[in-house]
Amino acid sequence: MATTAEHFQAHTDDHGGHDADHKPAFFARWFMSTNHKDIGTLYLIFAIMAGIIGGFISGIMRMELAAPGIQYLGYWVELMGGEAAFDANLHMWNVLITAHGLIMVFFMVMPAMIGGFGNWFVPLMIGAPDMAFPRMNNISFWLTVAGFSSLMFSTFVPGGTGIGAGTGWTVYAPLSTTGSTGPAVDFAIFSLHLAGAASIMGAINFITTIFNMRAPGMTLHKMPLFVWSVLVTAFLLLLALPVLAAAITMLLTDRNFGTTFFDPAGGGDPVLYQHLFWFFGHPEVYIMILPGFGMISQIVATFSRKPVFGYLGMAYAMVAIGVVGFVVWAHHMYTTGLDVNTKMYFTAATMVIAVPTGVKIFSWIATMWGGSVEFKSPLVWSMGFIFLFTVGGVTGVVLANGGVDDVLHDTYYVVAHFHYVLSMGAVFSLFAGFYYWFPKMSGKMHSEFLAHLHFWGFFIGVNVIFFPQHFLGMDGMPRRIPDYPDAYAYFNNISSIGYMIMAASMLIFFVNLAYAFLAGKKAGDNPWGEGATTLEWTLSSPPPYHQFETLPVIEDHHDYHDHRPATGPATA
Amino acid sequence: MNFGNLPRGAVRMITTLAAAAALAVAPQALSAQDVTEAAVSAPAVQQADAAPGTVVATDTAPAAPAAGDAAAGYTPLGSEWIKGQPVDKGITFQEQYSKDGKFALWMHDVVLLPIITAICLFVLGLLLWVVVKFNRRSNPVASKTTHNTFIEVVWTLVPVLILVGIAVPSITLLARQYESPPADAVTVKATGYQWYWGYTYPDNGGFEVISNMLTKEQAVANGEPHQLAVDNRLVLPANTPIRLQTTAADVIHSFAIPSLWFKLDAVPGRLNERMLTIEEPGIYYGQCSELCGARHGYMPIAIEALPRPQWEAWVRSQGGTVGPQPTAAAPAPAPAATPAAVPAATEAEAEPIPAPAT
Repeated sequence: MATTAEHFQAHTDDHGGHDADHKPAFFARWFMSTNHKDIGTLYLIFAIMAGIIGGFISGIMRMELAAPGIQYLGYWVELMGGEAAFDANLHMWNVLITAHGLIMVFFMVMPAMIGGFGNWFVPLMIGAPDMAFPRMNNISFWLTVAGFSSLMFSTFVPGGTGIGAGTGWTVYAPLSTTGSTGPAVDFAIFSLHLAGAASIMGAINFITTIFNMRAPGMTLHKMPLFVWSVLVTAFLLLLALPVLAAAITMLLTDRNFGTTFFDPAGGGDPVLYQHLFWFFGHPEVYIMILPGFGMISQIVATFSRKPVFGYLGMAYAMVAIGVVGFVVWAHHMYTTGLDVNTKMYFTAATMVIAVPTGVKIFSWIATMWGGSVEFKSPLVWSMGFIFLFTVGGVTGVVLANGGVDDVLHDTYYVVAHFHYVLSMGAVFSLFAGFYYWFPKMSGKMHSEFLAHLHFWGFFIGVNVIFFPQHFLGMDGMPRRIPDYPDAYAYFNNISSIGYMIMAASMLIFFVNLAYAFLAGKKAGDNPWGEGATTLEWTLSSPPPYHQFETLPVIEDHHDYHDHRPATGPATA
Repeated sequence: MNFGNLPRGAVRMITTLAAAAALAVAPQALSAQDVTEAAVSAPAVQQADAAPGTVVATDTAPAAPAAGDAAAGYTPLGSEWIKGQPVDKGITFQEQYSKDGKFALWMHDVVLLPIITAICLFVLGLLLWVVVKFNRRSNPVASKTTHNTFIEVVWTLVPVLILVGIAVPSITLLARQYESPPADAVTVKATGYQWYWGYTYPDNGGFEVISNMLTKEQAVANGEPHQLAVDNRLVLPANTPIRLQTTAADVIHSFAIPSLWFKLDAVPGRLNERMLTIEEPGIYYGQCSELCGARHGYMPIAIEALPRPQWEAWVRSQGGTVGPQPTAAAPAPAPAATPAAVPAATEAEAEPIPAPAT
């Protein structure tokens, strides 16, 4: 195993030399990178930029929804180079919701979690010098960029009633086929192809790396939970994304080559598309949250100075969530006309997911229970995550009931639910992970004060945005509408005010980044103290360009009560 | 697509970013204007070409209404009949006017809401306890406990039991929602079009009513909520099982009425069917609930439920027929609600209209 790792490493360093910190020149380093840490950094920068764009779009949406009536859409149409007209303006709304969803899912959360933190820390945590396929890693990143460019491009070309793809992130047929003429939807679909191919390659890379390049002595049951989470996520990606690729390829051929997979006029079925999409789409939501689960586990254990509670239960809860996540997809389709037995099955299966998720929530709390807990910014974000994810989780249990979903489906209740698990679940875990590992990645300490301020601003902001949306949904407000009856005005206005609080807190985040790079204290190898036990904290901050030229050996004393001996000494 | 515009677009993008930054500082700017002219005028135009009122079979209405007390003509219910509509600042579900809706609402209010609230408060309480008791000052030395089989079994089994407790009423609700309509149920087919609804009555002569959204001015003039009011409502008999079918002509739409706990997608090439029974005469609003293109937010649904005799009179006024059997066999129209209800129609129209609930 060790020999293999060294073999790969020899390839990554064409310039020879034995200096572990020898870096290529700028262009070669950042545009032809094969180094997992550099690629991770690129992914993080990319995700932050995509997040700014996606977040800006949500600002446009909250601005429009702050009061009844159509206020600003015509302005945005003209800004994008179109001509403001009634239908074109409303189409712009659909373009905004589509772009917001696709950007946040495919170009913010996924690249940050898997591409960013996964790339950076999976090799470090398992004691590997790099990823198994460094060049494929590079392709993954640049395909993601290409996918994003394709999506951005789609917003400038005709898409039916206006410019851009206005199909929603779900791209349901026939709205996305016969319902949207013009090339915009083709470009949006192509964007998903590229991002999907990138993710599949990333998944292959992670699975290979984790199975083959663990340091001597690191059995699967000794892997840090973040690595477990990325492993499960990689399998979900590998199994789910090809289904999406198939579905959207059928959309493309329906659009351009006269096939009728989803067109009843030719014997096709629009609902088939939904089955295919959600067979991908439901695992996708776990793809977005599982790495977050992993990060939260590391952080909670670190700042409680305790090993994580119920390690095996935590690991296999993620496996269970991953497996069950593949057999619940039709709960997104309760109103499509499923028959009663199907709905009963999907209701029951969906509720099952609450069990392993509950195990994780309680295990995190049990990890802190009895600990010596230090409330540094990563932990504060993690505790915010635990609470808000619980809130989002229980509304998920409400929505799981097919009969109750008859009134809540496609209302703002659903919007509130998935933003509680994503915009608060996934994003809180991203910020937790960011503050946790920023000193390791950059070698600089951020300001804890600003990080806490950021937390409170963001926590209050997102709750003010999304909690009232439960009320709107129960009162019947549908999603994806730019204008609404006056009865919904009050809580929409509050929601828009929440956006401004959230946006202001994001300014603090960027100030903190600037502060850290310009004036931040130098970070030691392990700024978080004795609770931080994983391998990345044994390296310098930032780690050398090539780490673990001599593989670390994981000894038996640091185990999780599975009393097995280490697999053997390192041969390197 | 116009690449020549890109540099100019970039400049505008920058100004816009500046504007957005300004927005972040000035909350009140949000609610500044209410420019709705565009929104209002376009549906009106569409209305003119798409729907010349109702599509009526050639005959005019038969003169003699079956129900003696019904007026020969038909006048739409006035705004005082609005029952199912969003409640201003409402924080919960709309009041329910169907049996399944009442059961579902009970399930949410009595089963689900208390459980999920308790779980959230429980987790919040545990977290606060950690903050108070296990911070580094209070508890400098961390315990080494990483396992406790008993507690792990408990927090696996208790959620399972809770979920089983939820599943029982949930499955019951589903079974009730899928009851088959009786043979004499009234069949109505709702067809989604971009962007309006068509309602066909296949058992009553097959006429189709086209339903478009009213402009804001028209809605306000009628005393109805804008974005919800339509020119021709879906007129249904109250207290009668309705076999409601949905389909669509172009893209997927969704027929949704929150106050009846009813939502069924209208899918091209498919005919979805569910039974619906409205317990009281009245007006019930809903909106299309599946993204269907530009005017997705502009194709509301309004149901007008009438006592059976008045409904039959309405059918005739549309040139439809009421088959020989249903009148006799139909369940009696709700006696309590009816008498006052219907004859008021003509006066109601003339009366100054009370504003929708505020």
